[in-house]
Amino acid sequence: MTATDSPPTAAPLSAAALTRRRRAASLRRNWALFRSHRSGLFGLTLLLLFVLLAVCAPLLVDPDGLDLTKATGTVLQHPTQKYWLGTDDSGRPILTLLIFGSRVSLFVGLFATLISMVIGTVVGLLSGFLEGWGARILFRITEWFLVLPFLPLALILATVLGRGLFNISLVIGITSWPATALLIRSQALSIRERPYLERARVLGAGRWHQITRHALPNVMPMVFANTTLTVAAAILTETTLSFLGLGDPTRVSWGSMLDSAFSVGAITTGAWWYIVPPGVCVVLVVLAFTLVGQALEDVFNPRLRER
Amino acid sequence: MSQVIASQPAPPVARRKSYGRYVGAKVLGALGSLVFVLVVNFFLFRVLPGDPARTLGRDRLKSPQDLANFRKEYGLDQSLPHQFLTYLQNTFTGHLGDSLRYRVPVSHLIEQRLWPTLLLVGTSTILAMLLGIWIGIVGAWNRGRTFDRTSTGITLTLYSMPEWWLGLLLIAVLGVGLGPLHGIFPTGQLHSSDVDVTSLKGVLDTAWHLVLPVTTLTLAYLAEYSLVMRSSLLDEIGEDYLTTARAKGLRDVYVRRRHAVRNALLPTTTVSALSFGFVVSGAITIETVFSIPGLGLLSQEALSTPDYWVLQGTFLVAAAGVILANLVVNLVYGLLDPRVRT
Amino acid sequence: MSELLVMRDLHVAYRTGEGRLPAVRGVDLTVHEGEVVGVAGESGCGKSTLVSTVLRLQPKNARVEGEVVVLGEDVRTMRWGDLRALRWAGASIVFQGALHSLNPVHRIGRQIAEPIQVHEPDLPEDAVRRRVDDLLDQVGLSASRSRSYPHQLSGGQKQRVMIAMALACRPKLIVADEPTTALDVMVQAQILDLLRDLVHDLDVGLLIISHDLSVLADVCDRVLVMYAGRVVEAGRADEVFSDPLHPYSAALSGAFPRVGDPAARYAPAGLAGDPPDPRELPQGCSFAPRCPRAVDRCLEAEPPLVEVRPGRPVACIRVGEP
Repeated sequence: MTATDSPPTAAPLSAAALTRRRRAASLRRNWALFRSHRSGLFGLTLLLLFVLLAVCAPLLVDPDGLDLTKATGTVLQHPTQKYWLGTDDSGRPILTLLIFGSRVSLFVGLFATLISMVIGTVVGLLSGFLEGWGARILFRITEWFLVLPFLPLALILATVLGRGLFNISLVIGITSWPATALLIRSQALSIRERPYLERARVLGAGRWHQITRHALPNVMPMVFANTTLTVAAAILTETTLSFLGLGDPTRVSWGSMLDSAFSVGAITTGAWWYIVPPGVCVVLVVLAFTLVGQALEDVFNPRLRER
Repeated sequence: MSQVIASQPAPPVARRKSYGRYVGAKVLGALGSLVFVLVVNFFLFRVLPGDPARTLGRDRLKSPQDLANFRKEYGLDQSLPHQFLTYLQNTFTGHLGDSLRYRVPVSHLIEQRLWPTLLLVGTSTILAMLLGIWIGIVGAWNRGRTFDRTSTGITLTLYSMPEWWLGLLLIAVLGVGLGPLHGIFPTGQLHSSDVDVTSLKGVLDTAWHLVLPVTTLTLAYLAEYSLVMRSSLLDEIGEDYLTTARAKGLRDVYVRRRHAVRNALLPTTTVSALSFGFVVSGAITIETVFSIPGLGLLSQEALSTPDYWVLQGTFLVAAAGVILANLVVNLVYGLLDPRVRT
Repeated sequence: MSELLVMRDLHVAYRTGEGRLPAVRGVDLTVHEGEVVGVAGESGCGKSTLVSTVLRLQPKNARVEGEVVVLGEDVRTMRWGDLRALRWAGASIVFQGALHSLNPVHRIGRQIAEPIQVHEPDLPEDAVRRRVDDLLDQVGLSASRSRSYPHQLSGGQKQRVMIAMALACRPKLIVADEPTTALDVMVQAQILDLLRDLVHDLDVGLLIISHDLSVLADVCDRVLVMYAGRVVEAGRADEVFSDPLHPYSAALSGAFPRVGDPAARYAPAGLAGDPPDPRELPQGCSFAPRCPRAVDRCLEAEPPLVEVRPGRPVACIRVGEP
């Protein structure tokens, strides 16, 4: 591609201004690319909808509905004019539980991903960028952790650490960082040999400088795409752990709703309003994150673009 | 001129040796993973703050004498390295502790419950692989057409679904029945209580009970296989050697099967190895939902007490199983891809 | 002498999301038996697209107009069965072997034997194996190479394998797409010698595509120079190389010293800029923006291909002017 001539300017732009302008242009380009993926846009809309739902929960439904002591509805009542989605096994409105449940899922999903990404990025960058036995050991450890089956491990950790939103996020984060670390390591390895990094080394850039100023910004786009997909997996895991009874007992989440539904035999009594809505919500949120993540991967990885 | 006729071709014996070397390397790697699992398994419960005896014993041990006995029995009064050695010794002789809930050795429980899990998971994995790979191939080869778009949509949705929720839905619709439709399948258990399992009638009865759980797990597993196969095949389709194959006058079907798919199976194999962890977790949740007496249900039951030794034992078995499965997949991969053997 | 390949007024355009991309805009080409014809030009001039039409291997979104007649039959309208029979047994293609034109997980011998098994299914196994060994011998490789995998061979060896493979079904016409690119100079010379000897011994017709005019000057009888989808000059290879009439050919030939630094081989020396975007072809002569001899007249219309001397068609209105 021929370089386009920049219009003649009165005074040369400062380096900071040039960087800003280039970043803005690349942002616009990426957004245009993202927009061309209809699935990604659909996912993004869904996502924003759920985030809105979670944030505005107290405005949409009465938070008193969560309180067991204030439950006024009949137990396991099917949907009526008053209770749009029926009631649960304590007489609480399912719609209220559903909307407030979104908070737990989104919070744990994001927090667990944060933990996973932090550990994964640090280990990945170090094992990809450093040389010698330190990097090799980190890589081996990553591979070993990857092999551990995550649910049995999560069961033990959750039992040992106890229930609670923070603990469950920690458990999910600890069991999911290896995949991120491997991805980032392979990115770091490919970047390491690039010419501009060699130039930086020749100019005397230390390892830390190389990693933070060069490697990290170039790895960030893929990390971002991977983060979105990790959130999807984290939300699924949180739902499963809550279903198995390991979630926070004081909070309602979609998984805990399904756990209650299962234990009171909602299937045999035909209380579909207790079983279907929480599951549908999980599917929609996870699907949304997955679609956005896949679209981001397409945008940031040109090789995949022909797909 | 000598650089043109570069290296001598490898004689047949050396080639077999290179696969041997590959196998050796992979087995060594598997053993290393196993050691890591043993170490992690040991330390998992030592992460507990406070006195392990008090926590592990919980409400069963009241008097200080009980606590002292418990400590002695499980070697908790010794130094950490000593404890580790005892632990290793115990593990290798099959002494995995006693279940707090069932009051029998954990190894017995594992022995009892292993077969149902293998049956459930094994059948589902094989079916999922065959179906998933087929869907991925057809989708990729006819990219953008109706089959591809619908199958991608369905598999993505399946992939975003908790597999146990799918199980609940299937039980509700096909087991219990919806409205006018009566349920046709049993809602749980591995077999009816009044049937002799070893007889033909018993085997059919077990198979009938397994229809819903196997269907659920197969649908859950196949999503990943189909998505990965599709993307690997799409990667291969752009490759130049396929143009060469077509230029030689080969039929389209042949080009697809012998060249494109054959090569696309390689990354698919690699990725499927990564999904064994998911296979294990599927076993736990589906056995719970369908009340199938396997290792998965055992793990779930151990949560309520909590039955620590059982959890530790099942974790070990699950991890060892995944390592073994990975080893098998790696060895198969070595046969398929000549590039890793040299 | 019979005509193995005839292209008459060939037009190829790609239908893309961004519009119609003309890759080949009216090319006439003939290859006779025993003749070596070369097509020279930078990447993007349409030469690879040209090659793909010979055996109807162009991508699905390509629209082809004009005639492509191979061994007397129109490839464009051929029945599928006849086309498959033509592929490899009538005409074959030597792809760039150094890249990914070989299946990485099949052995060399099997890949060479494959077309033989397809076109001569009644041939017994040992006869096939013997033919494979002969072919390898013809291209200067030892027969034991048939048990190797592509990644075990060097670039030059892989290119030889591609040539052996192309000869497998004894075609009348061979098309070589960049046969010496990505090979170093010494190996290049060997491959060219090999091709020349084969043409001489087997009396096949050879069409060679390359961006390297010096390579073509060495081996070809006739050469066509392409730019932006059109032929801008043609004639006897040695004449076009030593006495180029079109400014583009001059730049191409001036850029390729026989023995020189590798970098110069991939871009005409002193010729700034890039080939035009096929979606936005300039008004008038498509070479004018980069031409050192361009004047205002050049921007009026696309110069027609005219024989300024017998056997020397050139598409430039300033031929012969100082």
